[in-house]
Amino acid sequence: MASKLTTSNRAGWGFALPGFALIATFIILPFFLAFLFSLTNQRLISPNPTEFIGLKNYRDLLSVAVLTIEPERDAAGEIVRDDAGEIQYPRVRTITRSGDFPQYKGMREWFRWQSGDDAKVVIAKDVVFMKALRNTLIFVLFIVPLQGGGALLLALLINQKLRGINIFRTVYFMPVVISIVVVSLLWRFIYDGNDGLLNNILNALSFGLFEPVDWLGNTDTALGSIIAMSAWQAVGFHMVIWLSGLQTISPTFYEVAAIEGASKWQTFRFVTWPGLRNTAVLVLIVITMQAFALFAQIDVMTNGGPLDATQTLVFQTVERGYGKQDISGGSTISVILFLIVLAISLVQRYLTRERD
Amino acid sequence: MKLKKTFTAALMATTAIGGAAAAQTELALWYHGAGNEVEGKIINQIIDEFNASQSDYKVMIESFPQLSYNDSVVAAALAGNLPCILDTDGPNMPNWAWSGYMQPLPIDEAEFANFLPGTKGIYDGKLYSIGLWDAAVALYARQSTLDELGLRTPTLAEPWTGEEFMAALDAAKASGKYDYALDLGMNDQGEWYPYAFSPFLQSFGGDIVDRSAYQTAEGALNGDAALEFGAWWQKLFAEGYAPGTSEDPADQQTGFIDGSFAFQWNGNWRAVATMAEVDDVLFLPAPDFGNGNTIGAGSWQFGVTTSCAAPDGATAFIEYALQDKYLAAFSDALGLIPSTASAAQMTENYKEGGPLAVFYDLSAEQALIRPVTPGYVVEAKVFIKALADIANGADVADTLDAAVDEIDADIEANGGYGH
Amino acid sequence: MALVAKENTGLRLAARYAVLVLVALVFAFPLVFMVISSLKPDLQLLQDTGSLRAFLPVGDISLDNYFAAFERAPIGRFMLNSVIVTVVTVVLSIVICSVAAFSFAFLNWRGRGVILSIILATLIIPFETIAIPLLLEVSRLPWLGVEGIEWGWLNTYRVQIIPWIVDALTIFLFVQYFKDLPKELIEAARAEGASWFQVYHKIVMPLSGPVLATAAILKSLKMYNEQYLWPLIVVQDEAHRPIMVGLGYFFQLDVAWGELMAYLTLISVPVLVFYLILQRAFIASIASTGVKG
Repeated sequence: MASKLTTSNRAGWGFALPGFALIATFIILPFFLAFLFSLTNQRLISPNPTEFIGLKNYRDLLSVAVLTIEPERDAAGEIVRDDAGEIQYPRVRTITRSGDFPQYKGMREWFRWQSGDDAKVVIAKDVVFMKALRNTLIFVLFIVPLQGGGALLLALLINQKLRGINIFRTVYFMPVVISIVVVSLLWRFIYDGNDGLLNNILNALSFGLFEPVDWLGNTDTALGSIIAMSAWQAVGFHMVIWLSGLQTISPTFYEVAAIEGASKWQTFRFVTWPGLRNTAVLVLIVITMQAFALFAQIDVMTNGGPLDATQTLVFQTVERGYGKQDISGGSTISVILFLIVLAISLVQRYLTRERD
Repeated sequence: MKLKKTFTAALMATTAIGGAAAAQTELALWYHGAGNEVEGKIINQIIDEFNASQSDYKVMIESFPQLSYNDSVVAAALAGNLPCILDTDGPNMPNWAWSGYMQPLPIDEAEFANFLPGTKGIYDGKLYSIGLWDAAVALYARQSTLDELGLRTPTLAEPWTGEEFMAALDAAKASGKYDYALDLGMNDQGEWYPYAFSPFLQSFGGDIVDRSAYQTAEGALNGDAALEFGAWWQKLFAEGYAPGTSEDPADQQTGFIDGSFAFQWNGNWRAVATMAEVDDVLFLPAPDFGNGNTIGAGSWQFGVTTSCAAPDGATAFIEYALQDKYLAAFSDALGLIPSTASAAQMTENYKEGGPLAVFYDLSAEQALIRPVTPGYVVEAKVFIKALADIANGADVADTLDAAVDEIDADIEANGGYGH
Repeated sequence: MALVAKENTGLRLAARYAVLVLVALVFAFPLVFMVISSLKPDLQLLQDTGSLRAFLPVGDISLDNYFAAFERAPIGRFMLNSVIVTVVTVVLSIVICSVAAFSFAFLNWRGRGVILSIILATLIIPFETIAIPLLLEVSRLPWLGVEGIEWGWLNTYRVQIIPWIVDALTIFLFVQYFKDLPKELIEAARAEGASWFQVYHKIVMPLSGPVLATAAILKSLKMYNEQYLWPLIVVQDEAHRPIMVGLGYFFQLDVAWGELMAYLTLISVPVLVFYLILQRAFIASIASTGVKG
């Protein structure tokens, strides 16, 4: 491709400069400032002078350690078990809050597993951040196929020559027209554990067998509910993008395929999909980026709960930066988020690079 | 930070020069009540009458929605764009004063000696803000419910003990008539939590932070009293006495009125509306869990910013607004407690024998304001999360320890917040 | 182009429509809920939410909520502000971003790859990250006003517009689209001595109907629906406040549910209209572009 482009430095720079200058001023510069903040103890408002503290914020966020805890033993040296037969262990706080291990001060249990009779406990300085990281990654992992694939199916569905198809396209796009804040408010009613619409519909469909579920109040279902709602809201957005990609495929290809007697699946695989290449890259990258920025739904619906089940990285950024006035902490999370997403997008670009 | 301070100083200087030259100084006032029509009417009336009463100053109001008011103010502070007169939520004032955005009010102490303690925003020994009303929280109940369940009616002098309270909840739960025995409004994970629930913690003997020096929360938030509180708190939700954090926000508004809840722990700003719908509603005092019972205090208050060009004018306006007739007007409109006893006599609800008169005494005697420290902003957030987590089943001791650790780390990171 | 219509006989046709309608229900119901709820008084609205009544205009139906909403908040002003900000941003965005994308897609110049990568990297940056630094920045920027240089951009339209004109997604959209255009046209035009700007203006832009419509729709949605945090911190007067900040007016001591729904319905109208208009342009441009068939 590069060899076919004509070289023209002046025109190239001339065309790109206005756009690049604006982005540099209003996005890149502030982000660089945010990065500088992360290396200081900058507060939102404070009379204290700002000090440079290097990587302390990063250490506070990312410090992790593994403890091996031996079971409690009674006077005879036998392992103490509780009524259910489970081994009793001393509480983690007796270790982290004792004076013997100052390096573990302030750390909390993240998760644990059994190793023989001992318990291996992973403790972290900032468990909420770790949970936010995990939830954000899970969210991205599920939303990309759900939203991207769902949008493609919708686009294929809409790309038919039927009377009134445009009405359907408009309707499918409807959720995108409403702000995500509004959608979150509406869906909060739908997900309500006591009398919500979803519970009532499922109850009716299953003839009363279905027990009402507290969708947003249950740690197992909260994140899934948010994923479903987010996909629902944005799938029309990506349907439009897929559609504009589908429109660029010349119909002659389809005619040739029809003439040669190709089945629907073969047509899709050999005519449609290759022509969607660039669009697919766009959709994949955009969904991933937007997924990492998950914030508004959490803010309106669950506030990060229950028990951090819906905690996300951007939510933590806002909570720390604005809520707790710790701009440097919020910026640190942002920089880490940026690096993670950069790594993932580089991998994505490598996997989907154009092979000339 | 330094650059911004120089900028702010420059801004102050230029506006001061500009102010002296003008015949009538304009004072900007920011208020948190956009969208609230009754509040808007009264505050506009006060402003119009003040402007008409003298010709040196002209107050201009800009209203903000309450939801995002604090964020707007902090952002304006960063940008050096604060108004002269600022409306602030009581517990936030120390933080803004410490950050250098508010200046002490030059009002003589004698003038506000008879104001309710919760309406006085005193930080570092000086008065920074003063409020036209105070708010309180009470246990909403119906007389008929108490009669049906055979419960004693608690009074200010003889409130329910912790056991009596739980017995009442048990009776309500056993009757089967209610979705939940008690509604705490858990869906509102904002300033409501510390305001409404820290009194319970205090009644057990704990507190959000150690108030002797405000340097640590150790012992206050994770001591034995706090652990007892935590266990009780968790029980309320684990055993189905109250709806949890996933409560539908609409339920908090209509649940007591339509009988889904037997009792509701709610602010007196909803009292007037509830009285209109429920004939025999009672406003009962908080139960005493062993360490006395307290209620929250401190609501919206007026203060003056450091960047104000004419602090005298600003103070004149604030003093004008504190006249009894205006305090009474706000009280009648919002149902909140007027700041002075004399104003209370002029109101519908708080005069002698009025339906909410008990609140005035409650506020005067039992109000405990939230911790007066710049660190409160962070402490509130940490407290909210701890309470929400405990309600959702997290381990009480670990959660409270984590909260204490976070608060302590924050206090240290801010050099002790100037205490 | 659309799939060739075949097998559209009776049963198959009905089946196709059935699927389309079912899917449509899934996507339409919250909007229906919102509009219907705006016609009901608060208490009934809340009681109906658990059942199918939420979607039916039954009970005490009236436009009271709309009148009350207008009394509570200056809705007209908010909508005007949002529309102004959206339209200006979208127009400027399309021009500047497509020009930039042109240079990335068709021209070869030193630093092209690096600059493009940097721009695409900004896709990753969520706005919340840069909000405070950006606030500090715009409160110090100069502007050439009527009376000379003014400092600080707060409480204006320009502070709501200019930082948003260029965004990586729009550029990316254009770049991907331009890359799919046939190179022969460009080369032919250059062979005849056309300047690059003429190529942009006369050849590429006319062929870009679909992506222009797409970019316009997506950008306008972002500017109209998602502008909450930024206006909150840079706009302190009601005269410049946009609609999403106005949402807070309905969340005072008690949430005014009915009025809230009325407000939400009202603010959805311009976007809907805009989308419908653009849709027609979108379809029309497909039909008219000879190359795309």
